[in-house]
Amino acid sequence: MSVKTVDLLVIGAGPAGIAAATEAANAGLSVTVMDEQPRPGGQIYRSVETTSAKMDKILGKDFLEGRPLVESFRASSAELMPETLVWNIGSDLTIDYSTAGVAHRMQARKVVAATGALERPMPIPGWTLPGVTTAGALQILMKTSSIVKEDCVLMGAGPLIWLVAVQMIDAGVPPKAIVENLPKGRTFAALPHLPKALRASEYLFKGLGLIRRVKQAGVPIHSNASALAIEGEGAVKAVTFKTGGKSHRIEATSVALHQGVVPNQQITRLVRADHRWDDSQKCFLPVLDNTCQTSAPGVYVAGDGASINGAKCAVLQGTEVALHIAAALGKSVDTGRIQRLKAAIARETSVRPMLETLYAPAQEILEPADGTIVCRCEEVTAGAIRSTVDLGAPGPNQVKSMLRSGMGPCQGRTCGLAVAQIIAARKGETPDVTGYYRIRPPLKPIPLQELASYDPAQEEEPAEDGVAAE
Amino acid sequence: MAPSISRRIEEDAPTVTFTFEGQTIEAKKGDSVAAALTAAGVLDLRSSVVSGESRGIFCMMGACFECLMNIDGQPNRQACMTEVSEGLVVLRQQGSREVDL
Repeated sequence: MSVKTVDLLVIGAGPAGIAAATEAANAGLSVTVMDEQPRPGGQIYRSVETTSAKMDKILGKDFLEGRPLVESFRASSAELMPETLVWNIGSDLTIDYSTAGVAHRMQARKVVAATGALERPMPIPGWTLPGVTTAGALQILMKTSSIVKEDCVLMGAGPLIWLVAVQMIDAGVPPKAIVENLPKGRTFAALPHLPKALRASEYLFKGLGLIRRVKQAGVPIHSNASALAIEGEGAVKAVTFKTGGKSHRIEATSVALHQGVVPNQQITRLVRADHRWDDSQKCFLPVLDNTCQTSAPGVYVAGDGASINGAKCAVLQGTEVALHIAAALGKSVDTGRIQRLKAAIARETSVRPMLETLYAPAQEILEPADGTIVCRCEEVTAGAIRSTVDLGAPGPNQVKSMLRSGMGPCQGRTCGLAVAQIIAARKGETPDVTGYYRIRPPLKPIPLQELASYDPAQEEEPAEDGVAAE
Repeated sequence: MAPSISRRIEEDAPTVTFTFEGQTIEAKKGDSVAAALTAAGVLDLRSSVVSGESRGIFCMMGACFECLMNIDGQPNRQACMTEVSEGLVVLRQQGSREVDL
């Protein structure tokens, strides 16, 4: 059987994916990139090809760095398949995907998972109310549709909060308030990491600059907040929290939550690659070898899906992984270039230990109150998860069987990390021991009708048309 | 019309119209259904499958599945992943989807 074969399939057209695709195509490989969105850029450079001059000014210089990247990708021979969902990957790198409501099959010789990051779950009372979004969602509304939420409180912690706030200020719709939930003493705790972070000091200056701009704009900032909650019936009405023993209540119609981002592991879990718990990033990371390959042969990872390091690092990693793959497929590769890329990545990541210490999620986010919903799809509370652990459920999969947490349409993308950490805390073990949901195909729900009409045998094409008829 | 909950910065983009629960809504070309409804002040996109509580947009990137709606007769479609087109018929989704047998 010979379905269409490509040397390299890249999943995700964000910075890591398009950098990998461009480099691999330029090295002479046949490359296909699949992405669920209509245009390349990922979430960070979402709609970067189509934003107006007015929006470019609001979104800022860092956003515009995506434009030349997308241009080089477009100019390369890599083929982009937009609005395409990869929903299964076989151990032989057979790819099942859907586009325009029809399922197809493709064969890849190598796969790069460049599926980026997801927002860390931030389960607090009221977080399922309409009007509550992630901070990332605010940015996507701005990038794709030039929509800025009004009357909005930003809650949580992380560099993105300050960036979004500045973008909203520049759009003329500043956030109503910022409620930062970092415990006291974080700056002090992060200090030992400062010397290393100074290797990439531009990040520190950029961050301080953003915070200064928010202060200058007069946006109320509530630091060291705890007991975060959102009130409302059917929609957001107010946020409540405490600072220094004092209770606060701010009325608002919108709330945007942020507690940092974590790797989207759906692909690497699907292919049963090994993962490890990273206690600095407080999340699972796929275990990669020196060539960015997972323990699943032929499946590589680049960008935030490998470890949270941001867009610039993602481009460097994407380029590096493409060189490794080109070498593995018999192309001659400049090994000096790989060494230089590794050095550049080391420099880019030097700021991370400081940021990770500074912005580590607060304990009340990692250990939500019993009554708080954790799995939004199936409305499973933290208390129900703990009781199920007490009854003897050893890990996320057994809790899932008993409570349906992670069994809803999001397949655990939103709650998975929180559920694993709640179980680990209850059992007094590390999340490494607890493990994670078993991820199975299809990677996203697809209509039964589509599966029923799917016939991989129909995908065969004459050998002479095959990219690599072997 | 629902009260304003957002502001549109770029007003020049061409418009597209669709309906939500029978009400005509003007969107901008390139908007997702979720973005267009946000611009129109619509927060409540569906009732949840367990308690029936109202839900709205959350991640806007296809990961959370909170914005499942009935779009052009097909239930369980992600409003944030569906671009608005002229005449699209969008309905609020009630609870879980029934299997038609």
